Amino acid sequence: MNTMLKIIKYELRDVIRSKWILIYFAFLFLITEGMFQFSGSSSKVLLSMINIVLILIPIITISYGIIYMYSSREFTEMLLAQPIKRKTLYAGLYSGLALPLSIAYLGGVGLPFIFHGVDESGQFSVLLILLLSGVALSFVFTSLAVLISLSSDDKVKGLGIGIFVWLFMAVVYDGALLFGSYLLSEYPLEKPMLGMTMLNPIDLARVLLMLKFDISALMGYTGAVFKKFFGGPFGMLLSSGMLLLWILIPYLIGKSIFVKKDF
Amino acid sequence: MIRIEGINKSFGKLHVLKDVNLEIESGKITAVIGPNGSGKTTLIKTILGLMKPDTGKIFVDDKDISKGVEYKNKIGSMPQIARFPENLRVGELIDMVSDLRSRKNGVDKELFESYNLDNELNKMMGTLSGGTRQRVNAALAFMFKPEILILDEPTAGLDPISSSEIKDKIQKENKNGKTIIITSHILSDIEELSENLVFILEGKIIYNGTVKGLIEEKGKINLERTIASLMESNGK
Repeated sequence: MNTMLKIIKYELRDVIRSKWILIYFAFLFLITEGMFQFSGSSSKVLLSMINIVLILIPIITISYGIIYMYSSREFTEMLLAQPIKRKTLYAGLYSGLALPLSIAYLGGVGLPFIFHGVDESGQFSVLLILLLSGVALSFVFTSLAVLISLSSDDKVKGLGIGIFVWLFMAVVYDGALLFGSYLLSEYPLEKPMLGMTMLNPIDLARVLLMLKFDISALMGYTGAVFKKFFGGPFGMLLSSGMLLLWILIPYLIGKSIFVKKDF
Repeated sequence: MIRIEGINKSFGKLHVLKDVNLEIESGKITAVIGPNGSGKTTLIKTILGLMKPDTGKIFVDDKDISKGVEYKNKIGSMPQIARFPENLRVGELIDMVSDLRSRKNGVDKELFESYNLDNELNKMMGTLSGGTRQRVNAALAFMFKPEILILDEPTAGLDPISSSEIKDKIQKENKNGKTIIITSHILSDIEELSENLVFILEGKIIYNGTVKGLIEEKGKINLERTIASLMESNGK
């Protein structure tokens, strides 16, 4: 068996037994199932899940990822004394973290939809986008968590930076954009706004989801510009590409730190 | 044979290893000693590839270790503090290391059995006592019959029986022709076990030769007195 797969195999056992992943899965499952019980219509459940996905996945992934990386220092040190290339070990450690988080998410949100089904076939593509963007966000924030934990040897500082990054992307960034657009409301801002949206992974996922719901009409002219851009094949491709970059760039920076790091 | 050529290592302003040149003889037990913070662990970690030297090279059997990781198949190591993934069982940990190594020399379960670790196979690493964890650590270092053993404070945290057992094992493996590097603060252990001695002080090698030779040179009754006089003469 490939060395990376072996590392993932043993790390998965360690992660799953830590129970946090199971709690995460159970939490998402109960929320989704609970919404089905209360609202009874899959379209309402889908709409409510957007916000949960956009807020919860990033904060849980980044904080769990950072804590796990610090507490698995010993695992890393032990493996480094074995004949394993550092690049392979890094890829193994990363996957061993991103995969269980994604699987817990897919299971927690996906299973209730399998049990209850969707009301109309059109909603199926919405569900698909919801699941895919959640997985993409899990990978993005795992990359950021790994990068942060490798950049600082101080646990408290690392966790602090992680929470700050989440707060900035989930809350502060949008506030600043809103404030900026208010100050510059005399000017045509649609294009710069499009560009700014691409620079924040949570916004990217949000726009992708909003447009799938056909509620962009509520957003007036800007909504129309966004719909035209992100709704088209070029926009979809570009925004998926940007999400991919958000996974890859922190992953690669983290890798170059890991390869040189002293343990 | 392990050959270290011109190793320098700094952490920020702290210059931990200063132009270290060293040859570790094959088939012998070499003790690396020095006060806390002298650079022993850093030296061992650079041989294991956990730390990367700023300058200089290390060769294991004439192969530059910065060129690949294959050499680690030849090395069994026992870190000073045994730290393992908490949620893996003892048996799984052994399977994992076994999976990751080449195992061309077969398996040696002698120390594992004399430590009665068979009864602990299904316990999680996180639930083991400090002493048991240290015994797993020791057994694991010897398990895959490595040609080189690097043992950082092997008797620390072990009860007298386990400690004697590991010392017997070290001597036995030395008779089998293994190259063994030990660090320890317990000088009587070193006097008992090792033939060669490397003394490091503030990142520099002060003495490199036989244990007997050093004691005779200084004219003292035992290693402890000898090391004390060596440190005094170096202004410590």
